[in-house]
Amino acid sequence: MTEQYEKSRVLKGVLRVPYEMAVGPVWTRFFEGFKQKKILATKCNECGRTLVPARPFCPRCFKPMDEWMEVAQEGTIISWSYVNYTYFGMTQDMIPQVPVSVKLDGTDCGWLFGNIGGFDVNNFDLVNAKVKVGGRIKAVWRNEPEGNMLDIDHWEIIK
Amino acid sequence: MGKAVAVIGTGQTKHGRRDDVSYPDLIREAVQAVFEDAGITIQDVDAIVYGSMPSMMEGVAYNHFYMADALRAVGKPLLRTETCGSTGQSIAQTAVYWVASGMADIVLVVGSEKQHEGDAQATMMTIPEKITVPAIGGAPMAFSMQSREWMGYFNIDEDKAREAAAIVSVDCHDGGLNNPLAHMRMKVTKEEVMNAKIITYPVRLLDVCPSSDGACAVLFASEEKAKKICKNPAWIKGMGFRGEEYYTGDSNKAVWQSTIGAAQEAYKQAGITDPRKELDVAEIYNPFTYHALMFMECLGLCPPGEAPDYVINGVFSPGGELPCDPSGGVLCTNCIGATGLIRLAEAARQVTGKAGSMQVEGAKLALSHAMGGIEQFNAVTIVGSEL
Repeated sequence: MTEQYEKSRVLKGVLRVPYEMAVGPVWTRFFEGFKQKKILATKCNECGRTLVPARPFCPRCFKPMDEWMEVAQEGTIISWSYVNYTYFGMTQDMIPQVPVSVKLDGTDCGWLFGNIGGFDVNNFDLVNAKVKVGGRIKAVWRNEPEGNMLDIDHWEIIK
Repeated sequence: MGKAVAVIGTGQTKHGRRDDVSYPDLIREAVQAVFEDAGITIQDVDAIVYGSMPSMMEGVAYNHFYMADALRAVGKPLLRTETCGSTGQSIAQTAVYWVASGMADIVLVVGSEKQHEGDAQATMMTIPEKITVPAIGGAPMAFSMQSREWMGYFNIDEDKAREAAAIVSVDCHDGGLNNPLAHMRMKVTKEEVMNAKIITYPVRLLDVCPSSDGACAVLFASEEKAKKICKNPAWIKGMGFRGEEYYTGDSNKAVWQSTIGAAQEAYKQAGITDPRKELDVAEIYNPFTYHALMFMECLGLCPPGEAPDYVINGVFSPGGELPCDPSGGVLCTNCIGATGLIRLAEAARQVTGKAGSMQVEGAKLALSHAMGGIEQFNAVTIVGSEL
């Protein structure tokens, strides 16, 4: 065997595997809240923190978080970015996007969820002028929420 | 810390796009190199630790089965450890536990990644809670959010941060040019970095690492074996690992507790009280330039919020008080499962005077580091030339 090939072969394929995810009673209730355009949080009676999205148990105290409450739909920007490249599953028409982490009033954590919108985000300089860490935003719902993560259409900048 | 442990050899592949070889061939390249470096054979090895990204990102399940021959694992105990980006440090620390406990004298550690085979970026979409968090932009988005949080929290001037990030990029790319095994080997200027296309603000194209194929292997030995086999081993002086909550918003990521905790634990074990002065070189895990800045602070190398000033003043550049990532760092090579182990291998090469064109003259004490998860895990391992 002395044969030499110029280039080694590369075999290509796509794997598709089934998957199902049990979200449990807490996140079931959380997304039922979305259907009524409500953001639900749970509170830990040990450390007193109110966390969103609602949690089954406190990550620090390990106690059940079974005190439910609806929280404000306005909050303060902790961080944001400007996604300007296409990622797996994304197409050119989906960018740019302005993802945001928001601390809703009355909660004790940041929430990395959804994008800032409601104006032309194609212009980065405009985005950078309007979106500030510490700035205020509020949730804008889609007209007919279905009880899933796409129900908050975008976050709108408020004064 | 248990019994003393030393690094007695390191080996790496040429990193980059490696579709010229199969995945086991790639691992064999690193394994052969480490045995040549240490001057021992597989017969001397008691156990093997292997790590890569999770199966889904590799494209093949249980890849330690697939790699067993290349790992020389036949007839040996084999452990697999993985903690996402920090895998390379976790597998090293797994081996250190093994030797420090006295249960093994010599342990072979191998970390690898063929990022071009699986689709790490695609499968990262499944890391965030896929029901509660709409994931866009993958790892660059998540880490850019952290960078922007840091800038906002400390009220760091955007232009100053951008300039400091560019200096990190220039230094690393210069390092990559000195490193024959690095994936990215190109000269960049500060202006090019600062004006590169935005990927995920504030991160621009030259602020972000490549997707690499590559493997790294390291041999760890007990004191008795190390002294017998190796003229100048690198001794493990201290190590730490810390994790955080899953939800990124649950804690302030500008003052990154898992980095701080891992570093403080390692410094305590190593007897280090003033890391910037005592360390001679640091191999920081820097897939994004802004993260190098945050790590300089959270590793205690400069005060919180002041990394841009220190970088602009050249403190962490070649010839500065504490040169960082003379190998080019993660910014020039990111074969994820190997990356944290490469940091340790480069640190060990530095303190044993074997770093060649990357050598920081007279280096005796070096830090290696890695992060993993979505702003969730940090690991630090300190190596020194003296026991």
